[in-house]
Amino acid sequence: MAFQPVKFYQTGTFTVGNRLLDPGERSVQANMQRTNSLNSGHRACQGCGEALGARYAIDAAMNATGNQLIAANATGCLEVFSTPYPETSWQIPWIHSLFGNTAAVATGIAAALKVKGRHDVRVIAQGGDGGTTDIGFGCLSGLFERNDDVLFICYDNEAYMNTGVQRSSATPPAARTATTAPVGSEPGNVFGQGKNLPLIAMAHEIPYVATATVAELRDLEAKVRRAMEIRGARYLHILVPCPLGWGHEANDTIRIARLAKETGLFPVFEAERGTVVSVSRIRRRLPVEEYLRPQKRFAHLFGGTPRADILARLQQIADRNIRRFGLLEETD
Amino acid sequence: MDKPFAITLDAGSSLANRTGSWRTSRPLYVDRLPPCNHACPAGENVQGWLYHAESGDYENAWRTLTLDNPLPAVMGRVCYHPCESACNRAHLDESVGINAVERFLGDEAIRRGWKFDPPADESGKHVLIVGAGPSGLSAAYHLRRLGHRVTIHEAGPYAGGMMRFGIPKYRLPRDVLEAEVQRILDLGVKLRLGAKVGDLLDTMRRGRFDAAFLAVGAHIGKRAYLPAGSAARILDAVSVLRSMEGQERPLLGRRVVVYGGGNTAIDVARTARRLGATESIIVYRRTREKMPAHDSEVEEALQEGVMIKWLSTIKEAGDASIMVEKMVLDGKGFPQPTGEFETLEADSVVLALGQDVDLSLLRGVPGLEIRDGVAQVGRNMMTGYAGIFAGGDMVPSERTVTVAVGHGKKAARHIDAWLRVTRYVEPPKHELATFDKLNTWYYSDAPKTMRPTLDIIRRQSTFDEVTGGLDESNALYEARRCLSCGNCFECDNCYGVCPDNAVIKLGPGKRFEFNYDYCKGCGLCAAECPAGAINMVPEKI
Repeated sequence: MAFQPVKFYQTGTFTVGNRLLDPGERSVQANMQRTNSLNSGHRACQGCGEALGARYAIDAAMNATGNQLIAANATGCLEVFSTPYPETSWQIPWIHSLFGNTAAVATGIAAALKVKGRHDVRVIAQGGDGGTTDIGFGCLSGLFERNDDVLFICYDNEAYMNTGVQRSSATPPAARTATTAPVGSEPGNVFGQGKNLPLIAMAHEIPYVATATVAELRDLEAKVRRAMEIRGARYLHILVPCPLGWGHEANDTIRIARLAKETGLFPVFEAERGTVVSVSRIRRRLPVEEYLRPQKRFAHLFGGTPRADILARLQQIADRNIRRFGLLEETD
Repeated sequence: MDKPFAITLDAGSSLANRTGSWRTSRPLYVDRLPPCNHACPAGENVQGWLYHAESGDYENAWRTLTLDNPLPAVMGRVCYHPCESACNRAHLDESVGINAVERFLGDEAIRRGWKFDPPADESGKHVLIVGAGPSGLSAAYHLRRLGHRVTIHEAGPYAGGMMRFGIPKYRLPRDVLEAEVQRILDLGVKLRLGAKVGDLLDTMRRGRFDAAFLAVGAHIGKRAYLPAGSAARILDAVSVLRSMEGQERPLLGRRVVVYGGGNTAIDVARTARRLGATESIIVYRRTREKMPAHDSEVEEALQEGVMIKWLSTIKEAGDASIMVEKMVLDGKGFPQPTGEFETLEADSVVLALGQDVDLSLLRGVPGLEIRDGVAQVGRNMMTGYAGIFAGGDMVPSERTVTVAVGHGKKAARHIDAWLRVTRYVEPPKHELATFDKLNTWYYSDAPKTMRPTLDIIRRQSTFDEVTGGLDESNALYEARRCLSCGNCFECDNCYGVCPDNAVIKLGPGKRFEFNYDYCKGCGLCAAECPAGAINMVPEKI
């Protein structure tokens, strides 16, 4: 029998912490001294993916910068639930911008820090998919083009949730929202060509672009850490399921995010200067139906007349992602 | 303070907003009963000792293990590991090799000379134990640790009982057995060898014993009527195995037929091979599926060249051959004769048809009930005579070493309570941690590390131990395959996945607490707990 060195840690890096790993290999979230940048008492719904994603990302950024961090925050769920006057949940220097100009506000903060010679203080801009892919898109593209020293984080929950679940340009095809009713021959959101912001950011050839989900904490933290090692414009796109808008159980938030990745519908990768440099591979591939079925926004696909045709089109999207990004383990 | 127009509140932290009031169900940390613990006849806290083994703290693992079972090196060799059959990991890849890790810990303890902690207080009570088999040794160990004086009377020349006189050396090397027995004696347990108890009450009176635990085992081979020629050589399995411990090895001949289908039949057949029999044939009246012997043993026997004639009974034994009748199973699964006969050459026939208990020491003890050849005991292991308890093979049970060790522990607790004039109340059992309670996404993929087995040729001819042990690296690997079903292993998932920071981490070894001021009751912690150690319960609204 061949000698087998122990490289096995029960749960490896799948869980948040692991007492068997060296302290250096443990996650920021496992640390008793984590900053809890987004503190308790915020008014996000039960099981909010965005609240979770924001704490994961900002805690990791705080950790990576020695707590020298300023954040600008677009209007949206994240801002509304964290700072209803006179309360704030933020334990970092934080400023609320307009819905559309958070990238520009962050650019201004970065410029001011440059003038003051404070190279140690880093700047983050953050918002939801509405403030990123729709309303804030112009300012964001400008930030990319100027290569300003800002990490922009988009918490993507695929619609305008705090105003009552209206469609955004990040809403997936066939999804029901308040403005895309599940009626007619093409129920829910249309099958357009889509607006894939990570790819658009890559087209700007900025130093760093990455995607992540709240289901893969270690991966998310590594990407924030990597982003903070780089100067210039960086973009991180985090998928954050929304129990209210997507219509899934509050305790399913992480499972749904995991399924988005395992089905191939949400490719998790990182790119530097316009080139994909790594992908997070699918561990156990599943058909898209597994991801869609627990969500009420896709319930019309499984109703009285199941829409196998629409499921097939969604599966094609997943299959294309898997091919395009090489999401499956290489079989050599 | 002057406030701006239309503003009435002071600015402050959102901690003022107790979102816990939104909750309709609350998470609770629970300890569920892991299936391995549930299945263990000796009542070991398997998950509990694996937890320490995972971090390489073998001494603590061994100390946790031996709180329930003082014989891990023996158990790691001879137990049929019902824990592994129950292990939830079997649904993922393969069950955790619990038995192999137990053996590793047992061997490690012998190698490093770990000793048991002596009792803190002496009770002044004296307990007589009859029989130094697994049950008697286990009871002696537990009673001694509870502070009682213990004296074992053993009829045989050595301690160990069936572990020595029933289990062949290739499964349990004698130095291992002796080391674990000696460690129990080192606690201050007195052992008297060659001291058969003839009259129990008299022995108790003379020795001024306050209570007695009987564990004499089942050492008398059952005989069946077999028409046999005068020159036929017919032996019984227990005697054959016992004589293996003496100076002279039993003469079985080149062609040995073993009659029976239990583990003892397998042991004898494998022993016969090692003694040089060219043919070792087991004759069993039913099928492999119906055979009471454990499958792993049957498999090892077949690998060693033991042959098994299924659906056959012995009709007649001659001096150099036997007559075998073929059987068929009827609708109820019972074998029925077919009238078809066959002749097998055989130098000797060994009967392995079960064992009886020598209950002669109980003569004259009033109130004692004997049914089906075994002593009857209550739930507290006490016989009908107050203060006399019994366990192991002499009471109704499955006759394995592990069950016997469990009896010893259980009896010791009740004897202790009886001596202190109280009642031992079993702690309530936790809800079973079934596979559906786990979130197995979080466990790394890892197949089981198999223990090396001796080359077939070597084990056919020698009495070397068949199954090898794990070394430190693969024992650690194997321990880490444990899923920790139903019990927190501090993976920090609940602490990490709470969107409301409502989980308080208390630090290594101290687990976690919920902060119900802010917990909204979303249930993410429970859903993402790998071990199923969080339960959601409805709030009283």
